Amino acid sequence: MSLTDRFMSWVDTRFPATETYEYHMSKYYAPKNFNFWYFFGVLSMVVLVNQLVTGIWLTMMFNPSAEGAFESVELNIMRDTSAGWLIRYMHSTGASAFFVVVYLHMFRGLLYGSYKKPRELVWLIGMGIYLALMAEGFFGYLLPWGNMSYWGAQVILNLPAAIPWIGNDLAQWVRGDFIISGITLNRFFALHVVAIPLVLVGLVFMHLVALHHVGSNNPDGVDIKHLKDENGVPLDGVPFHPYYTIHDLKGILWFFIIFFAFIFFMPDGGGYFLERPNFEAANALKTPPHIAPVWYYTPFYAILRAVPSKLGGVIAMGASIAVLFALPWLDRSPVKSMRYKGNLSRIALAVFVVSFLGLGVLGAKTAAEAPEIFHTIFMWLLGLGAVLGALWFFTGKRKLAFAAPAATMLITAVFGLLMLLVIPATSVATVFGLFFMFCYFMFFLLMPIYTSIETCKQPPERVTGGH
Amino acid sequence: MSTADYGDSERTGPNLSRRRMLIGTTGALATVAMLPLLGAFKRSWDPSAKARAAGAPVTQDVGGVESGQMITVEWQSKPIYVVNRTKEMMDNLPKNDSHLLDPGSEASDQPEFAKNPTRSINNSNILVLAGICTHLGCAPMFRPEVGAADLGSDWLGGFYCPCHGSKYDLAGRVYKGVPAPLNLPIPAYTLDGTVLTVGGN
Repeated sequence: MSLTDRFMSWVDTRFPATETYEYHMSKYYAPKNFNFWYFFGVLSMVVLVNQLVTGIWLTMMFNPSAEGAFESVELNIMRDTSAGWLIRYMHSTGASAFFVVVYLHMFRGLLYGSYKKPRELVWLIGMGIYLALMAEGFFGYLLPWGNMSYWGAQVILNLPAAIPWIGNDLAQWVRGDFIISGITLNRFFALHVVAIPLVLVGLVFMHLVALHHVGSNNPDGVDIKHLKDENGVPLDGVPFHPYYTIHDLKGILWFFIIFFAFIFFMPDGGGYFLERPNFEAANALKTPPHIAPVWYYTPFYAILRAVPSKLGGVIAMGASIAVLFALPWLDRSPVKSMRYKGNLSRIALAVFVVSFLGLGVLGAKTAAEAPEIFHTIFMWLLGLGAVLGALWFFTGKRKLAFAAPAATMLITAVFGLLMLLVIPATSVATVFGLFFMFCYFMFFLLMPIYTSIETCKQPPERVTGGH
Repeated sequence: MSTADYGDSERTGPNLSRRRMLIGTTGALATVAMLPLLGAFKRSWDPSAKARAAGAPVTQDVGGVESGQMITVEWQSKPIYVVNRTKEMMDNLPKNDSHLLDPGSEASDQPEFAKNPTRSINNSNILVLAGICTHLGCAPMFRPEVGAADLGSDWLGGFYCPCHGSKYDLAGRVYKGVPAPLNLPIPAYTLDGTVLTVGGN
């Protein structure tokens, strides 16, 4: 027995090191046919680590007080501290990157039915992570104490004030003052750096435990545990380590190339990662001329604005997030993956994606800007759809991965441009907002119907693709 | 016999109902003891004595506010708008009534003395109100220009909230069809000649 073996055997009798490593890594059999969409789970972990490490460093230089916060960020961290700018931009760009990869990760779940039995709890815990992430982002955005930090928090903290009777007291209790103040900043700092990260890490741990208990889904949505070799290893499974650890390095590398390109060349994300009014210190007497949340909240913010009633808007926004929790029980389809679901499900998913993105655009813009921005977007979609359509037509393979987005883009563009012709410019924002909101909710509410009545294809016995 | 160590259970076996009773009462008392502790954590989030003290009345001489102009006074960290309304502005107020959600300020928040068509003490041309939109708390912009291009040709001047487009007239009364549900709140204030005191009684 080598020294290493003896050491590990000493440890293993006292702590399940080898057992845990094998259960989660070297003997965790993942389906061999993972595709592009399966990078985003591991990328979420990478960004989480980035946020934790850069976040810990930032707490060393940040001053959580109304008098000192803005200066400690814009002067101390961004200018005086060596490499402070890099650590801060890794954190602020990381926040946006977190939502990019998490949204794509969630879309993967919609695409391949990863929320369906037996993975309902994986989905629910994941939704818990998403909520914690939204809270984390919200608390964190107040900390630089810029004017948009201040007024964004003011608007969001007034949401609970719409609750009848107790609303105003509740908002005041959360603020700890009659208006957002240094007291609010202090408690948000505590929540952002201690409370929510603890919850987040705990939920991520549970997400992985639940996932490794039931096993990963795959693009075909077929269960690989049905067919096993004589050793009990799934025929279509490969050990997570080394196969997927090495495979994922490719995705991580590409992610970092894009991530650092933003950090070095466009750290404010064109005003979407760090909004321009936030380079001005918080001013309790002056609201920025246009309040918009950071891009990752805009779809829900657009729903809030679309409803012409304060309480109604808050309820609609809450419902738009709550309905995601019910997803595993709304989908009645006998198959998991969009590859074998019927056309109704495919159309519904396309409508959902368009409405979610449309709401995202609306939430970031003023009502006056809406007609022009949508015109530009529809023209781009027309062009992009044509290119993708041509790729689908001329590349012999005729893949759904080209056809579905191409059709979605072309139909959206043509339909949207017609709408813009018909609707007067002043009501574009209202009509589009209500229309997208309607589509968003119909995707979920009609799901029990369209997933039961459509004709699905028979999924194969074993996964397709992968070597 | 190993059970010899466990006292009377050797003779009678474990008394399960007594165990349940003891665990239940201990648990219930522990829960009761926890409640005030939870209350302490809850109360620590209430506005502190210092924050409440910052709500003391503020005084401002408004004699220097030009006709048709607005100044902002800070009270309880909130923006308090003070507008010296012109005669034309005052005359225009009743014309808005049909477009307003609560023209008589029945549901809105103001001292009894300001529950009148101009929402000011003795129908004074000096308007005092909290610049906090009743929708989500943004500070509405003072837009006195009649017929402003972005607000419509029938706009008679008022306040426009940039966040979600709520509109108020020059008495802080909210328009119909905007997200804000109530008129802009009016704090308790006194006007002694030209000396304005916000807060107190």
